[in-house]
Amino acid sequence: MTATLATATDAPRRRLSLSWLGVVPFVLFSLMFLLLPAANLVIGAFQDPTGAFTLANIANLFQPSIIRSYTISLQISAASAFGGMLFGFLLALAAILGHLPRWVRPTLMTFSGVASQFAGVPLAFAFLATLGRTGLVTALLMNIFGINIYRSGFNLLSFWGLTLVYLYFQIPLMVLVISPAVDGLKKEWREAASTLGATSAQYWRMVALPVLWPSMLGAFLLLFANAFGAIATAYALTGSSLNIVTILLYAQIRGDVLHDPNLGYALALGMILITGLSNGAYIWLTSRSARWTR
Amino acid sequence: MKQSRLIPWLGFIFGAIYFLVPLIATFEFSLRMQRGTYSFEAYRVVLGDPGFQASFGYSALIALLTIIVGVALVVPTAYLVQLKLPRLRPVVEFMTLLPLVVPAIVIVFGYLRMYNSSSFLPLTSTARGTDLLLIFAYVTLALPYMYRSVDTAMRSIDIRTLTEAAQSLGSSWLRIMLQVILPNVRVGVLSGAFLTFAIVIGEFTMASLLNRPAFGPYMQLIGANRAYEPAALAIIAFVVTWACMGLIQLVANLSPGSKR
Repeated sequence: MTATLATATDAPRRRLSLSWLGVVPFVLFSLMFLLLPAANLVIGAFQDPTGAFTLANIANLFQPSIIRSYTISLQISAASAFGGMLFGFLLALAAILGHLPRWVRPTLMTFSGVASQFAGVPLAFAFLATLGRTGLVTALLMNIFGINIYRSGFNLLSFWGLTLVYLYFQIPLMVLVISPAVDGLKKEWREAASTLGATSAQYWRMVALPVLWPSMLGAFLLLFANAFGAIATAYALTGSSLNIVTILLYAQIRGDVLHDPNLGYALALGMILITGLSNGAYIWLTSRSARWTR
Repeated sequence: MKQSRLIPWLGFIFGAIYFLVPLIATFEFSLRMQRGTYSFEAYRVVLGDPGFQASFGYSALIALLTIIVGVALVVPTAYLVQLKLPRLRPVVEFMTLLPLVVPAIVIVFGYLRMYNSSSFLPLTSTARGTDLLLIFAYVTLALPYMYRSVDTAMRSIDIRTLTEAAQSLGSSWLRIMLQVILPNVRVGVLSGAFLTFAIVIGEFTMASLLNRPAFGPYMQLIGANRAYEPAALAIIAFVVTWACMGLIQLVANLSPGSKR
C-alpha cells in the first residue's frame, strides 16, 4: 500500500493518465458489447414501436403462452439445478473424502472440466443416441428386460427428458464449484467433533453442513442460471417443440413469432432479471462462504 | 471415526456409469451407419463433407481471432488493474462476470438491435462486419474464463519488480507487455485460450442468430436431417473439447518457475 502511494505521488501526472488510457479499450469494449446492448433491450422493453414509453410490453408478458414458457424454463432449471447440486455434491464428497484411490480425484476433475463444457448441440446428439427411440440404452432395456421405456411414458423431448440431459453438464459444474468448499472442511473439525463424542451424523448436521450450506445454495443458483440461459441443447434436441423461454426468444428473434418485436425485449428483460438475481445471490453467497475456504 | 468405503465407491461407479454410457452409446451409434456391421462410414462421410470442412475451418479461424482479441484486451487490463489501478478491480471483475449473468441469447439480441443495418454502426449489413461482431460476441462469452486465468497467473508473479526492472533497462510500454509480462503469464493465457477455443468451436446460439456459417449451426442442421452423422459429430466435438482440456492440464504443469 505504501508502495502504491509512493508511486502515485512520485509519478508525474502523465504516467497516471497513461495507465488510465490503458484500460480504455476494456471499458469501451464492455460498454459497446456488454452493457449498452443489454441496456438497449431493457429500454426497448419499455417502449412501443414508435419509441414512446409504455408498460404494455411488460403487461403482455402475462399472456398464458409466455407464462407457460417461463414456467417450464423455471421448472427445468430448478429441477436440473437441484439434481445437479445433489449428485454433484455427493460425487465430490465421494472423490475427496471417500478414501478412494489417488487417481479418482484428478480423473473426476478433468472429466468435469470437459463435461461441463460439453453442452450444446453435441450433447443433444449424445442423448438421442442413448435414450432416443433407437438409442442404445432404449434398445438394451427392450432386448434384455423387455421394458419399452417409451411405452411406459418416458420421452426424451419432455420435461424429465430435458432435465436428465441438462444434468450431464450440471453435475460436473457442481463438482467443480463445490470441490474447494469440500476441501475447506478441515480435518481438525472432524477430529474435534469426534473427540467431543459426536457421531458422524451429528458432525455432518452440526458442523459440516452449516459451513457448506452457503456454498451449496450459491452453487444451486449458479446452476439454475446456467440452465435457464441454455438453448442449444434443447433446440437441437426438440427443435422448437418444447416451449422453453430461450427457444421462444430465439424464434422471436428469427421470425417475430409474437408479432410484436417489443414483446421480445420484455422477454429478454425477464430473462436478465431471473439470471441476474440468481447470479447476484451466488456472488454474494460465495463472498460469504469465502471465509471458511481460506 | 471409521468410514466405510462402500458408499463412496457406489457413488463413484454410479457417476461413472451416468457419464460414460451416453458417450459409449454415441460412439456405438456412430459406427452403425452400414447395416449389419460396425464401420467408420459416418466419420468418413462427415469428414469428407465440404460443409463440415468449411464450417469447422470457419469456427477455428473465428476462435483464433477471438483468442487474439481477447488476450489483447484482457492482459493489459489485468496488468494495469493489478499494478496501477487496484481501485478499479471490483469494477473490472464485475464486468468480466456479466457474461455469466446475461445469457448469450440476450447479448446477441442486444447486438442485433444495436448494430443492425439502420443503426449508427451497421456491423450486420456486411458479412465481414458480422464476422467482426461474432468475434466480439465470443470475446464477451470467453471474458469470464480468460480474465480469471490471466488474473490468477498475474497474481502468482511479481509484476511490480519485473516492470521496474524492464523500465530501468529502458523498455517501452509495448515491449514490457509483449516481452516481459506476456511470457510470464503464458500459462494463464494458454489455458484461457484453449478454454475459449473449446467454447467457440461448438457455439450455436450467437453464430446462428448472426447467420454465420459456423460449426455449431452446421451440427444443428445435420442433426435435424441425418441419422448417424450427428453421433459422429458429437464424438468429434467431444474429442476436440477433451483435447483442449488436456492441453490446459499440460500447460498448467509448465508453470513459470519450472522453465529452463
